[in-house]
Amino acid sequence: MSTPLITPDLVAVDVVAADRDAATRQLIDLLAAAGRVTDADGFHADVRAREAQMATGMPGGIGLPHARSAHVTAPSLAVGKVPAGVDFGAPDGPATLIFLIAAPDSGDAAHLQILAALARRLVHESFRQSLKDATDPATVAEIITREVVPS
Amino acid sequence: MKLVAVTSCPTGIAHTYMAAEALEQAGKAAGHEVHVETQGAAGSTPLDPSIIAAADGVIYAADLEVKDKERFAGKPFVDVGVKKAVHDAPGVIAAATAAVEAGVPAPAAGAAAPAAPATKVDSNAGVGTRVRQWLMTGVSYMIPFVAAGGILIALGFMVAQFSDGSQGVIDVTQVPISHLLNDFSVLSGMDWAALLFHTGALAFGFLVPALSGFIAYAIADRPGIVPGFVGGAVSVAVGAGFLGGLVTGFMGGFLALWISRWKVPKGVRGIMPVVVIPLLSSFVVGLVMFVIIGQPIASLMEGLSSWLNSLSGSNLVILGALLGAMMGFDLGGPINKVAYTFAVTGLATEGLAGDAVQYRIMAAVMAAGMVTPLAMALATTVRKSLFTHAERENGKAAWLLGASFISEGAIPFAAADLWRVIVSSVAGSALTGALVMAGGSAQRAPHGGIWVLPLISHPWWFVLAVAAGMVVTALVVIALKTTRRDPVLQAEHVADEQAELVAQTA
Repeated sequence: MSTPLITPDLVAVDVVAADRDAATRQLIDLLAAAGRVTDADGFHADVRAREAQMATGMPGGIGLPHARSAHVTAPSLAVGKVPAGVDFGAPDGPATLIFLIAAPDSGDAAHLQILAALARRLVHESFRQSLKDATDPATVAEIITREVVPS
Repeated sequence: MKLVAVTSCPTGIAHTYMAAEALEQAGKAAGHEVHVETQGAAGSTPLDPSIIAAADGVIYAADLEVKDKERFAGKPFVDVGVKKAVHDAPGVIAAATAAVEAGVPAPAAGAAAPAAPATKVDSNAGVGTRVRQWLMTGVSYMIPFVAAGGILIALGFMVAQFSDGSQGVIDVTQVPISHLLNDFSVLSGMDWAALLFHTGALAFGFLVPALSGFIAYAIADRPGIVPGFVGGAVSVAVGAGFLGGLVTGFMGGFLALWISRWKVPKGVRGIMPVVVIPLLSSFVVGLVMFVIIGQPIASLMEGLSSWLNSLSGSNLVILGALLGAMMGFDLGGPINKVAYTFAVTGLATEGLAGDAVQYRIMAAVMAAGMVTPLAMALATTVRKSLFTHAERENGKAAWLLGASFISEGAIPFAAADLWRVIVSSVAGSALTGALVMAGGSAQRAPHGGIWVLPLISHPWWFVLAVAAGMVVTALVVIALKTTRRDPVLQAEHVADEQAELVAQTA
């Protein structure tokens, strides 16, 4: 894999946002700054369209905005921790941990395997808890890089 | 238990895989083997046909059209959507195992033609097994409608009986729906009775459409639903009953299957399942049922009616046997309707004596109409092994339905095993009809079964006649079923034995 799924500069540990749209935007800007998203507005529109289909909030305080988009250059993950919480439409309350998954539109299957592995890990409570416990971007990126291995 | 699942979501990168992982974990925790095919953006690896063949049930946690769904045809399944699997995977696993326990069993090895094309099967046996599976799919979806609708109607009669006595049972069907809308009183027993009756009657309206629709669904998958349901509704409209519903189920299913295999331009392909297939197949089914099948049925009913009217004055016992046979023949279909209408029309005559011929005919018809559901309930109780799990469950409800003169309680049995059930039904019903006539029971209520027993003269003779017919029908159906080898039933027995072995060794 030429580009790692996540690096410390794609992690924001103290996101303050009024709503999910604003929180998502802050993470998109991280991806854009890292050169993984070529058009932040375009990608944001794609994420919004996906979010409008079905809210991506999950039980346990997780928000999972994601999209496949022509504006994405490599499968990427940006993580935001929102201490105050932000609503992602989950039935059990606001999300404090946000995963923004960016997938290239034309990515070949092997390329997308990493995202499949990430999604599978997200189901595990222990994985989510270890990320909630991590306090600095380097630890978050390190946990994800270590745990998310394509099968 | 072995389960297979298909997951998919709009984007194909997140929920597809989260649902897969959640289902695998929840399955493992509950002690089940779960194999998941993720139809996501990272490409999907089809499940090994041998895994599908061995699976007891299927979970569709898919927000997109499941690819190659026909691989799973005939297996019990739950369709939950991807979000439910992510949020509550243990609940989905529990629902799937419940569906396996309640539903159509997996076909016997070799019968699963699409999944195991390499196996050389006797093509005749294969077709027979598949026809039976299609039928059983329709029947298993119809049974809840029969049970819910029938029990609601029976409860309506029961509440009416407690509230206003036998006259209440007669009156309850006459309460207009507008009364429930405008003047429903929580304190009125009759209002509650009418509410139960009308709700049940509407649920019964789905009986034939559900049978027909899910036979077509088993044959053609989702495109079959619309022509199947529409065909069932038309069958009801033209008075063809459940026999017509069987015809429309197969007709709708194969029409939809055939149209879905047309080679069409790519632009049209997208609207095929949503517009083209339902539209064309429904139209053809409607055309055939109204024009080609509806007319002969109407003239048959007319001919039978005038023939019955010409018989008045002849031997009453023979007339009773004839009416009984007609009641038992198609359980709410055209021939049953002619006999019932003949009896009810007689009730309208003013100023009859309590033991007038018209009332005796009504008693014979009512008694005969109670026989078959009671007999099926009896048969499922004494010879469990001859019936599928779904039939046994339906047998429990059939006691109440039969006792309440709701002949439709026997339709699931008849639809699943047509001639054996009809032969036995006709035998017992005819006997009961003749016995009631011979004993001189008379009845002035058009419906209600045991709930109008106080209105029946010689009530014990009436009950005895029903019991005699019930025993005969049950004996005949047991004898006929004992001589057959039913692939679906055998598959269930094998599954039961395996489950028992597992339970013992666990």
